[in-house]
Amino acid sequence: MHGLAHRRTTATIAAAAVAALLAACGSDTKPSTTTTGGSSGAPASGQSITYWASDQGSSIADDVKVLTPELKAFTAQTGIKVNLEVIGWNDLLNRILAATTSGQGPDVVNIGNTWSASLQATGAFLPVSSDVMTQIGDTGRFLPGALAATGAAGKPPVGVPIYSTAYGLYYNKAAFAAAGIATPPATWEDLVADGKKLTDGAGKWGLTLEAGQIPENAHAAFVFSEQQGGSWFDDAGKPTFTTPQNVAAIKQIVDFMAADKIVNPSDAESSNGTEALQEFASGKAAMLMWQPAGANLAKYGMTADQYGVAPLPFPASPPAGSKHIDSMVGGINLAVFANTKHKDAALQLVKFLTSQPEEITLNKAYGSLPSVSDAYSDPAFKTSDDTVLQNVLASSATAMPEIAQESQFETSVGTAMKTLFADAASGKAITDAMVGDALNQAQQKMEAGG
Amino acid sequence: MTVATDRGRSLRRLAAADRRRSTRHKALPYLLLLPAVCFELLVHVIPMLVGVWISFKQLTIYFIRNWTGAPSAGLNNYRFALNFNNAVGKALLHSFYVTLGFTVLVVALSWLIGTGAAVLMQNPFRGRGLLRTYFLVPYALPAFSATITWEFMFQRDHGLVNQVIVHDLHLTSHAPFWLIGNNAFASLVITAVWRTWPFAFLVVTAGMQSIPTDLYEAAVMDGAGVWQRLRKITLPSLRPVNLVLVLVLFLWNFNDFNTPFVLFGNVAAPQANLLSLQIYDTSFQNWNFGSGSAMSVLLLLFLLVVTAIYLVATSRGRKAADV
Repeated sequence: MHGLAHRRTTATIAAAAVAALLAACGSDTKPSTTTTGGSSGAPASGQSITYWASDQGSSIADDVKVLTPELKAFTAQTGIKVNLEVIGWNDLLNRILAATTSGQGPDVVNIGNTWSASLQATGAFLPVSSDVMTQIGDTGRFLPGALAATGAAGKPPVGVPIYSTAYGLYYNKAAFAAAGIATPPATWEDLVADGKKLTDGAGKWGLTLEAGQIPENAHAAFVFSEQQGGSWFDDAGKPTFTTPQNVAAIKQIVDFMAADKIVNPSDAESSNGTEALQEFASGKAAMLMWQPAGANLAKYGMTADQYGVAPLPFPASPPAGSKHIDSMVGGINLAVFANTKHKDAALQLVKFLTSQPEEITLNKAYGSLPSVSDAYSDPAFKTSDDTVLQNVLASSATAMPEIAQESQFETSVGTAMKTLFADAASGKAITDAMVGDALNQAQQKMEAGG
Repeated sequence: MTVATDRGRSLRRLAAADRRRSTRHKALPYLLLLPAVCFELLVHVIPMLVGVWISFKQLTIYFIRNWTGAPSAGLNNYRFALNFNNAVGKALLHSFYVTLGFTVLVVALSWLIGTGAAVLMQNPFRGRGLLRTYFLVPYALPAFSATITWEFMFQRDHGLVNQVIVHDLHLTSHAPFWLIGNNAFASLVITAVWRTWPFAFLVVTAGMQSIPTDLYEAAVMDGAGVWQRLRKITLPSLRPVNLVLVLVLFLWNFNDFNTPFVLFGNVAAPQANLLSLQIYDTSFQNWNFGSGSAMSVLLLLFLLVVTAIYLVATSRGRKAADV
């Protein structure tokens, strides 16, 4: 009898444990719909929210140093405590996906703006309706270009821009002078010719690429394809990776290493997002295509007078359909998790971080560009370098495809390019057929994502 | 006579009492085990079942937030993974061959080096303890820091390996790549063997402790040399240990994710793209958790079949040896 009773208790406990676990899982996965009501309930003051910041500085510690005093000021102002976690680029998307799946996430998060439409499709983020826009104090301050990169057209965006960036061509003034080059190249033909002059075969190269890094490759693929008159998706959102324009675009990029030989083959290994910067800062490469790099270059010991910035070049004789695009609209958006239990507090943080003084302070610290027009009054953003990038952003940059498959496009095409660069690095000549085959496989893999 | 029957009767009575007591107490061990079984269910079995369940679902970005509501995919995820005309299926099959080659090489090399070192350490000498500890260092190091050190060493321009090969020994004039291209496979095997062999060494050393020393003494008396003692005494005595060791090494390496992930990042060279990385790519890079799960289940099935065949084959061998 005793044994039986004992068994029954144990079984009950076990069943309860299983039930508790299942219940916990269940409640995790159910999207909470109660938060949409928002403003009613406890005052935000005294609440504590979690903010996942992307790694904008030269290291995570550096980001913590930049953000901590600002968040303290926010707490002093509103009484809302903020738990800050800075997450490296290689982990951020996975962490967001994990948070989306489990429903246990931060309240406010930084996302790369190219992921907007993909993350929008998951429904994980609070849609930024016009009500929400009013709540965070928007009066048409956000730059239209940056605002375009916050989600698919026709749907409420899932974030607001906080930092903006665009690609520019950084060039080493001393190296250019030594090679007798007066102005930065305006066409790719000039860039290759200049690059050959700057490559000495003894450790100095014309151009450096972060050729093993997936997003960098994908951004280049996008811009070069636009210039070739191509597109990665048709109007119905179906991938069109293998068009002649796309093949030509990818071949052009990989050929900087394979055929033109102005890029160090070792760049095929560069994948952590800093190697190309260091090559450029140390003078081993004379040109670099990068988003605002000033702050990071300074950390690697290159002063602002040592380099110049120009828009990315363009084909000398543009093919039919070519668009005059020389950058994607880069940047970081602030998004609020739909599951947040502190919607008011989260939106107050968004409002604070996109306010004029914070936009000035943070973008100055990171070397990026403000995403709001009223922050440009600060003289820090009136340097010649920043003016070049601002012009690019305002006139010749376009957002990456705002479709749900965007992040898969980055992965599959970026990976295909990494493999092609590896081939080029080992001395293989890159043919149209090789590029076409790589892109065809990339497209099949992307379609597999469903 | 009477004494004998009495004793028989009392023995029978004792046995009967014993049986009664044992039925009452038979449940106790199971009861004591129950909490452990429940937690085992929670920690291992339920997640595994969830994984199998996901493999029949169309779990893409549109459904990860509410994954219980993902539409059924039937067998599509499996069909898709096993369709070798498609880029994904082709890549999976390729990864399977790479993984098989990788595992066989790593297990063989780790076993050889581990056993060799254990044999050399068998007889006491000055500093043996120190050397044994030293050998275990790679095994004790955290996987991440050990592998990232190899990643630094394998870099083309600044890595130690090329420094030694090209600049110090002048073996080649052209610095080879180690992390991309054909050499990536060799780098992967080297790193994995470096990490795995100390475990083989540890297990074989432990196994050798149970071999009676008089066996060796008798063999020496009979004039057996070092090689004969190794073949006739050491290796046969180690057979049960080796059977388990090889199986464990095989399973570990076939599933290894840390080494390729830390060495190559998200995207490995095709020549070194192991299955675990391929599955990770499908799940996390392409955001298709359904087909990622289907691939995991296929991997699990394959390992189950291999393990079963291995166990049957080796136990049959053992029985034959016993007879």
